[in-house]
Amino acid sequence: MLKLAVIRPLLAGALAAAGVAAGANMALAETTYVRGNDGDPETLDQHKTSTVVEAHLLRDLYEGLVVYDNKANVIPGVAESWDVSDDGLTYTFKLREDANWSNGEPVTAEDFIFSLQRIMTPETAAKYANILYPIKNAEKINKGEAEPETLGARAVDDKTLEITLEQQTPYFIELLTHQTGLPVNKAAVEEHGTDFVKPENIVTNGAYTLVSFTPGDKIVMEKNAEFHDAENVSIDRIEWLPIEDRASCVRRFEAGEVHSCSDLPTEQLASLKERLGEQVRIAPYLGTYYFAFNTEKEPLDDVRVRQALSMVVDREFLADEIWAGAMLPAYSLVPPGIGNYEGGGATVDWADMSPLDREDRAIELMKEAGVGPDNPITLEISYNSSENHKNTSTAIADMWKPLGVNVTYRVQDLSAHYAMLRDTSDYQVARAGWIGDFSDPQNFLFLVESDNTGFNYAKYKNPEYDALMEQAAAEGDLEKRAEILRQAEAMFLEDQPFMPLLFYSSLSLVSPKLEGWEDNIQNVHGTRWMSLSE
Amino acid sequence: MLGYVVRRLLGAIPTLFIIITLAFFLMRIAPGGPFDQERALEAKVLENLNRVFHLDRPVWEQYLYYLGNLARGDLGPSFIYRDFSVQQLLANGLPVSIQLGGMALLVALLAGSVLGTIAALRQNSWIDYSVTAVATFGITVPNFVVAPLLSLIFGVWLSMLPAGGWGGGSPQNMVLPVITLALPQVAIVARLIRGSMIEALRSDHVRTARAYGLPARMIVGVHALRAACLPAVSYLGPAAAALLTGSVVVETIFGLPGIGRYFVQGALNRDYTLVMGTVIIIAVFVVIFNLIVDLLYAALDPRVRYD
Repeated sequence: MLKLAVIRPLLAGALAAAGVAAGANMALAETTYVRGNDGDPETLDQHKTSTVVEAHLLRDLYEGLVVYDNKANVIPGVAESWDVSDDGLTYTFKLREDANWSNGEPVTAEDFIFSLQRIMTPETAAKYANILYPIKNAEKINKGEAEPETLGARAVDDKTLEITLEQQTPYFIELLTHQTGLPVNKAAVEEHGTDFVKPENIVTNGAYTLVSFTPGDKIVMEKNAEFHDAENVSIDRIEWLPIEDRASCVRRFEAGEVHSCSDLPTEQLASLKERLGEQVRIAPYLGTYYFAFNTEKEPLDDVRVRQALSMVVDREFLADEIWAGAMLPAYSLVPPGIGNYEGGGATVDWADMSPLDREDRAIELMKEAGVGPDNPITLEISYNSSENHKNTSTAIADMWKPLGVNVTYRVQDLSAHYAMLRDTSDYQVARAGWIGDFSDPQNFLFLVESDNTGFNYAKYKNPEYDALMEQAAAEGDLEKRAEILRQAEAMFLEDQPFMPLLFYSSLSLVSPKLEGWEDNIQNVHGTRWMSLSE
Repeated sequence: MLGYVVRRLLGAIPTLFIIITLAFFLMRIAPGGPFDQERALEAKVLENLNRVFHLDRPVWEQYLYYLGNLARGDLGPSFIYRDFSVQQLLANGLPVSIQLGGMALLVALLAGSVLGTIAALRQNSWIDYSVTAVATFGITVPNFVVAPLLSLIFGVWLSMLPAGGWGGGSPQNMVLPVITLALPQVAIVARLIRGSMIEALRSDHVRTARAYGLPARMIVGVHALRAACLPAVSYLGPAAAALLTGSVVVETIFGLPGIGRYFVQGALNRDYTLVMGTVIIIAVFVVIFNLIVDLLYAALDPRVRYD
């Protein structure tokens, strides 16, 4: 048995005392945080959401079993402590006594069971249900092969929740920070159906509750007085602005109309840093920007060709010149700083070679594969229309020239591009990117498993790789598991089904008035951890 | 007259039907679907979604289903804004677009007529040349340049007006978007009025009016302007339909909750129902404004009568 976390009653008492002191200042003016978001949410129904825009909003409305603090550490949320059985299959969560919904009702184990069953029910059509597939029978229920009641979640009593897994999953606790793990209020959902997300019906258990949602205008939230840590929530009101044009967020920030922007125009980055200094935040982010090689197509089925094409790309140039420092050069698939990767990831042996040596070696490899300036080949790069992708592709085409590679382009809008990657094999080189759902190398390395039809744009099929991934899944010891995953990543880098190019950064503008915004790799910034000074 | 209006409106029904049908099938020809986003969905999840939205049915069946709902006045759920129906989205956004577009239309009409008339009365003077120069500028500089520039100058540097946002429809939030929307229209109207005014001032009925010794104000303001308005009116019909249904550029740059964005965003996201909804709105506006133009013609031009 493993005791992971306990909140001491003593500490809770101290916090309550502090709250009384803070309460004395409540008569002061209400603070409103005007917060730029990348756009409107598709929905505020946590079970149907899939994007980062929604994650930001839901983090303030709801509290899951565990939550991220402002440095993206996983800390207890509704669960004040949990035990894991020795075989790693059963998690028993002790829910905090003072966890309440915004209508004053207690948050119970039953709410979580209802929520987990709801997301898995096929009729819910939850886009990200698969995140929680590690839970016993979850996948079967979602595929219509089992009844929702068979889900591996059980209420021992009102405040004790037991979750059973299909197989041990070392990142399970981390998984629960995702918005799919947030509870819905059973009574509200049963009464209002899909309309439970409307401001007049919504019942939340987070630091805030919903006041209004006008698409294209704003989403307003107000502090939830029933929240167990309400006394430490300093900002009274949030106005979320859906800003799709990044440059206009910058203007509104400079005009003093918004306190933070969630993204920045890369082309203005240099001048922004000069003008706004410390208010510009650039932090490593859990994401990789890559080009996939279709390994079913000649000549990309030849590993030497893929190696050479990847080797000759000057990532530093892409990161600094094309992306103006908004990205970091990548020589591996898994971003640095990820969790559960003791000892760090694998990297290519040519990462530290000079560009000229790399070019020589690439030309050599291409020659072996029968390609050179006197015997040129033509490759087509597909990307979804965007100025940055265009510039990146053009730069890469230029770097490929010495190898005897001519490039043509296929540009489509986002839907058409990804539909092509998923439903056809009618492409050669294609741009794509991946933002991790949770902080674990598995969430990157699984992309090229041979049975991953949705994401394996390279059509990479390597039984040894699949075997390593399976072995890692069965390994409970985190250090040993990291070692196996490292081997898998090394194999990936040797085969280069994807050519990893850049690691994403999160770009934000943060007003000096806003305190408590800590840069972190998950780019999570719960409003409850922040305060505003006038 | 009333009979004419009723006939015209009834005649619009087959037109709308053809537009809806074309739009429906054109939308489906575009590769990819509403759920093909950057992150692929599990096959089973996609299947669940397709079933919920009836996308697993043959296209003709979806079409009949859509027409059936439409006949009941239901535009369907949005694929991308899942908390709202298309009606709700349009009902929220259309008043905003109509307010902005209506103001811009008014500004365009007033400023355009005045500038055009002055230019025509002082033909080939410096006033005429400067009006023409300003008009050319207004037409050639695109709104995606004007909008950020206005926001930067008046919002950030001078801090006179909000740099963006709707602010619940407060007047100061509307100034910059309305100017951006109106600028090219002012320019076009001014040029149209100038041209036809010059012609009207030389026409027989104006010469007759002069011969009767009517005051110049009367001649220009009533007799000449009435005839000179006609080209501007026929231009403004379709232009008004476009203005009142929102502008994606102005809405995106100023962060306004109108419906202009829905058309473009909907198309990019393959939000079929939302695109259909906006297409219907735009088509209805075009039909109505063409009718209004024809009726205005009858009022302005004594030679035109619908009986």
